[in-house]
Amino acid sequence: MQRHLISAADLTRDDAVLILDTAEEMARVADRPIKKLPTLRGRTVVNLFFEDSTRTRISFEAAEKRLSADVINFTAKGSSVSKGESLKDTAQTLEAMGVDAVVIRHGASGAPYRLANSGWIDAAVINAGDGTHQHPTQALLDAFTMRRRLVGRDAGLGQDLDGRRITIVGDVLHSRVARSNVDLLHTLGAEVTLVAPPTLVPVGVETWPCEVSYDLDSTLPKSDAVMMLRVQRERMNAAFFPTEREYSRRYGLDGERMAKMPEHAIVMHPGPMVRGMEITAEVADSERCTAIEQVANGVSIRMAVLYLLLGGNEPAASHTRTEEK
Amino acid sequence: MSKILIRGAKVLGGEPQDVLIDGETIAEVGTALSDEGAQVVEAAGKVLLPGLVDLHTHLREPGREDSETVLTGTRAAASGGFTAVFAMANTFPVADTAGVVEQVYRLGQEHGYCDVQPIGAVTVGLEGRKLAELGAMHESAAGVTVFSDDGKCVDDAVIMRRALEYVKAFGGVVAQHAQEPRLTEGAQMNEGVVSAELGLGGWPAVAEESIIARDVLLAEHVGSRVHICHLSTAGSVEIVRWAKSRGIDVTAEVTPHHLLLTDEMVRTYNPVYKVNPPLRTERDVMALREALADGTIDIVATDHAPHPHEDKDCEWAAAAMGMVGLETALSVVQATMVDTGLLTWAGVAERMSVKPAQIGQAGGHGRPVSAGEPANLTLVDTEYRGSVDPAGFASRSRNTPYEGRELPGRVTHTWLRGKATLVDGKLT
Repeated sequence: MQRHLISAADLTRDDAVLILDTAEEMARVADRPIKKLPTLRGRTVVNLFFEDSTRTRISFEAAEKRLSADVINFTAKGSSVSKGESLKDTAQTLEAMGVDAVVIRHGASGAPYRLANSGWIDAAVINAGDGTHQHPTQALLDAFTMRRRLVGRDAGLGQDLDGRRITIVGDVLHSRVARSNVDLLHTLGAEVTLVAPPTLVPVGVETWPCEVSYDLDSTLPKSDAVMMLRVQRERMNAAFFPTEREYSRRYGLDGERMAKMPEHAIVMHPGPMVRGMEITAEVADSERCTAIEQVANGVSIRMAVLYLLLGGNEPAASHTRTEEK
Repeated sequence: MSKILIRGAKVLGGEPQDVLIDGETIAEVGTALSDEGAQVVEAAGKVLLPGLVDLHTHLREPGREDSETVLTGTRAAASGGFTAVFAMANTFPVADTAGVVEQVYRLGQEHGYCDVQPIGAVTVGLEGRKLAELGAMHESAAGVTVFSDDGKCVDDAVIMRRALEYVKAFGGVVAQHAQEPRLTEGAQMNEGVVSAELGLGGWPAVAEESIIARDVLLAEHVGSRVHICHLSTAGSVEIVRWAKSRGIDVTAEVTPHHLLLTDEMVRTYNPVYKVNPPLRTERDVMALREALADGTIDIVATDHAPHPHEDKDCEWAAAAMGMVGLETALSVVQATMVDTGLLTWAGVAERMSVKPAQIGQAGGHGRPVSAGEPANLTLVDTEYRGSVDPAGFASRSRNTPYEGRELPGRVTHTWLRGKATLVDGKLT
């Protein structure tokens, strides 16, 4: 494992599988009466959030606390891009307080990379989402959810997603989730198809390890998982598509469309879901939709990442690790 | 002023000759000239060029003296072999009145390292709405002939048309920063494969090309001349080539960094590579080199854009755009154009001195190295190889993309009207 987690593209297949396997162990902790491990006792982790994201911050915080880390939450919404020095200054202030890891969420693509590579601090850096660049723990929790559902919980240990067909639908252009997932799913052997109106596909996408389609209906029957991305309503005003209704008609997932998917196929959503636009309530509330599981799996994945980056080589939990690989 | 004999220099890269400076002018050029009463500069193996002229420099004074001043900027210019620089108008206050341009001009004369020719803003406050007092700036002591809202595009087609027409009265030229503003909202780097991967806002080539296409057509329509600043894409080259073939009076410049660096550098997220227009692709770089070689692109201009450390030591999106360039320009041109066989040293003199002086009407600069001409000269050790160390820069700012990179060539001497401003690589 590397010292930082900045991009899903930095993970090798073995790294990724190790994280997923470790997360399975972490998930078992959640089933115990006392959901806590002493692994990171005495270590300090700061959640440095320059951009609002209550869900991601709480998920990391839960993961850190379950590993017994000392947690500092730092919210600095909007202060960074307007005044450039604050990221460096803030980071160095935290470093001076003896922080072992920084979980950073930032509106600017590349901010975590700069933090990790500019010599500003020594702490491990975990990217909790930067601009429209990467959100690697989201990709990991998505892969974890897919592996559990498509391969199986225990059968999945040591396994990747070889040959699984994953479709990612929606605002790819502005989505760090899409970028991270394309990278990680490719590394794990899955075949990824992006589906979006051409205006929401980045120029230069042709070098990505995936297919691109503008037609959702023809893609659904060959999908093992369909991941719906959130579409921000303000995109409409920027002429990315004509109307919400038209978007919904062409790229929204409703019951009728879901019926075209293979029976085993799942519907995923990183949340928060805009019901009615990219996904109907019927689909969102169906058993095939894994949105809630994804939230739970997020804590396990983040525990695994923190453990592997900070915890060293000690066993993650009291029971013995599964040896199969 | 005493006599100086430059002995055995390859004038414009040709056969070794002696050049005798007497006072402010070149007295004689020949072989085996007498050194009687003259201070001798041994120049065997070195190349002598007319003093370089930069049509695109940001001196930051007035307003951002923490980045650069006329003094530090002209010292940087002299270090890089320049004897004249054109100072862009995007200062604080904006150089949109006779008062501001005269101040900048006078500071240049007082410091004496390099002639400073101010560029006037096209529109009041660079806001693109109302023409600045172009005539008053032209008639001022600064004698402004080049007008530009650089940093911003004159995107209103009517304002651009009027500016082109208006400056015809006194032979001025409008230098356009070609950037369609709507197509570049939120732009952080070249739009393409790398921006898609990095998730940085894209600055598409067409945003530059569409404005150039429009402006050459406007120039043709009103019979005026237009200059294109820092052209950066292969498509822009084709448009300028077409315009020239049609007889449109257009000139264009390319920066040294667009001749060398590509958007692959942005993968480091190091804002030292953040510049406007952005670094483009390898294909663009090669097209720009070809176009500079064949004359489609007329000149090299530095777009020297100094910024203090804190404006670059931050995350990419927060960083200022721009790179310093005066002190490395000739080395980059040698690396990309001369050492690659695309251009001779005479060609370099044409593109870095003669032509920019003509476009900007900088009298006394860009003249032949011959008797009776003003002694504005630059001596270059073209055999030198060394890595760039910004600590030694005369510029107040250090935002160079070349730190630690090996570049060929070094300016050893610069003379401004017979007065040495740089001797053995050291400023006087």
